[in-house]
Amino acid sequence: MKERPDVTKTPVIAARDLSLTFETNDGPVHALKDVTLDIEEGEFVSFIGPSGCGKTTFLRVIADLEQPTGGTITVNGQTPRQARLARAYGYVFQAAGLLPWRTIGRNIALPLEIIGLSKEEQAEKVAQVLDLVDLSGFDKKYPWQLSGGMQQRASIARALAFDADILLMDEPFGALDEIVRDHLNEQLLALWARTGKTIGFVTHSIPEAVYLSTKIVVMSPRPGRVTDVIESSLPKERPLDIRETPEFLEIAHRVREGLRAGHSYD
Amino acid sequence: MSRFLSHALPILTVVALIVGLWYLAAIALNAPWARDQATRAGVDLSASELVADTWSQDKPKLPAPHQIATEIWETTAEKKITSKRSLVYHGWITLSATLLGFVFGAGFGILLAIGIVYNRAMDMSVMPWVIASQAIPILAIAPMIIVVLNAVGLSGLIPKAIISMYLSFFPVVVGMVKGLRSPDAMLIDQMRTYSASPAQTFWKLRFPSSVPYLFTSLKVAVAASLVGAIVGELPTGAVAGLGARLLAGSYYGQTIQIWSALISAAALAACLVGIVGLVERVVNKRMGFAR
Ligand SMILES: Nc1ncnc2c1ncn2[C@@H]1O[C@H](COP(=O)(O)OP(=O)(O)OP(=O)(O)O)[C@@H](O)[C@H]1O
Ligand SMILES: [Mg+2]
Repeated sequence: MKERPDVTKTPVIAARDLSLTFETNDGPVHALKDVTLDIEEGEFVSFIGPSGCGKTTFLRVIADLEQPTGGTITVNGQTPRQARLARAYGYVFQAAGLLPWRTIGRNIALPLEIIGLSKEEQAEKVAQVLDLVDLSGFDKKYPWQLSGGMQQRASIARALAFDADILLMDEPFGALDEIVRDHLNEQLLALWARTGKTIGFVTHSIPEAVYLSTKIVVMSPRPGRVTDVIESSLPKERPLDIRETPEFLEIAHRVREGLRAGHSYD
Repeated sequence: MSRFLSHALPILTVVALIVGLWYLAAIALNAPWARDQATRAGVDLSASELVADTWSQDKPKLPAPHQIATEIWETTAEKKITSKRSLVYHGWITLSATLLGFVFGAGFGILLAIGIVYNRAMDMSVMPWVIASQAIPILAIAPMIIVVLNAVGLSGLIPKAIISMYLSFFPVVVGMVKGLRSPDAMLIDQMRTYSASPAQTFWKLRFPSSVPYLFTSLKVAVAASLVGAIVGELPTGAVAGLGARLLAGSYYGQTIQIWSALISAAALAACLVGIVGLVERVVNKRMGFAR
């Protein structure tokens, strides 16, 4: 981690009046409208909101996969494109996206190959991240030999192996069962605490958002915009049973209220 | 063994059925000639004599399977392969043009597909021509290709290979364009997030994704290539090759020769498709597609 003096500290991600309108055959779709948001270094930010409110779109704009039609956005003080070319972020898509002709190990090594790491470095990283997601010993298996949940963990491992300072995750645990989800949530928190990565995390689950985040961004659709930003007062150290504390429930309640307010809009 | 039987039995049944029908058809088609001959000679044919005659004529309308088998045996196993009467000799002439045309056709098809997928201008302009090229009957262009190339001093193998290539590049272009475009948008985006170069995206994503499509189109292409080589032999004045055997056979009414050339061509096509299928299985296994 680079230490920056506090005076010059700029947000890792800074969006100002960011808008994105898709021109479709049924007229324009305002996926994002005047979104202004700062994400500081080392924050864990969750995006929550009903389907179609622009969560994925916002992540994709950060990742330079979508071009905004209005406003500005910087990533590490650069344009998203420059940040992408500098490999500033790892991205976990909603689907696992493993290549069927590569083993799990080789799938995880794919971005490392592209960066140009040596075979030894690749092998070392792969073993390390497989261990992190509890998939050690599965590196020689093909994706179809793994369950959906295991595939999703492999895809998270792949993003972790990439080892960028920013991690963007689009509903990575959406398809998993509660127990596995809890477990991965814990591990993600531990990883975040250890590495100090800046994480942008999309979810539909209020408890998940509250449990993980330092900041929860509540969004609402048509047009997609930010309706509330809730700073979490929970300590950095979070055992799973923190979810029964009054403090936790209080924050969850605020998120729920925020979501309701967004819904009553239409 | 029983596994083999359960696989082979349906096939053998169908083959037996076809051969049976074939013998019956031979009786029906060749009987008029047999009766005609008998009437002229003033003899009466019993039913069994008639059947025997229809299965052993010199120039039957439809030769019986055993006549074709005998002809093939005599012109392959019992002739030196350098002999002009050897089917192996003619088969090789056709096969060499087929393979040459196939290799160049497949290569050309793959290159064209890459161009179409990566270049918008090519996508808009080339595909209509590719499709138009196949709308023209090959029988109409083949003689022109032969004549034009002859005029510049090219004859024999090359013109036939070019006709083979003309027929075989098409399925490869169509299949590969589809294959190279088969990875979904998410996978392409994923490569973008790694900021992979276009070459890396091609070799690590697009090309491997296209392999199943490639093999499907190669099977069609190799069979088309053989057709191309045979068609290319028809207007050359019939010197050598399976096409030449077909043509010579039809000049002289040698139906047995025609049929034996036809059957050999079909068997050759089956072998070629089978070999491509074998390579496909090996590649699939190595790529982890085999389950
Ligand atoms: N490529 C596109 N072309 C046209 N419209 C799009 C495109 N991508 C997204 N949209 C529209 O933009 C809006 C926001 O979509 P987005 O995928 O960001 O929603 P989301 O919040 O991620 O929803 P979900 O929770 O269902 O994943 C939706 O109305 C969607 O239909
Ligand atoms: Mg989404």
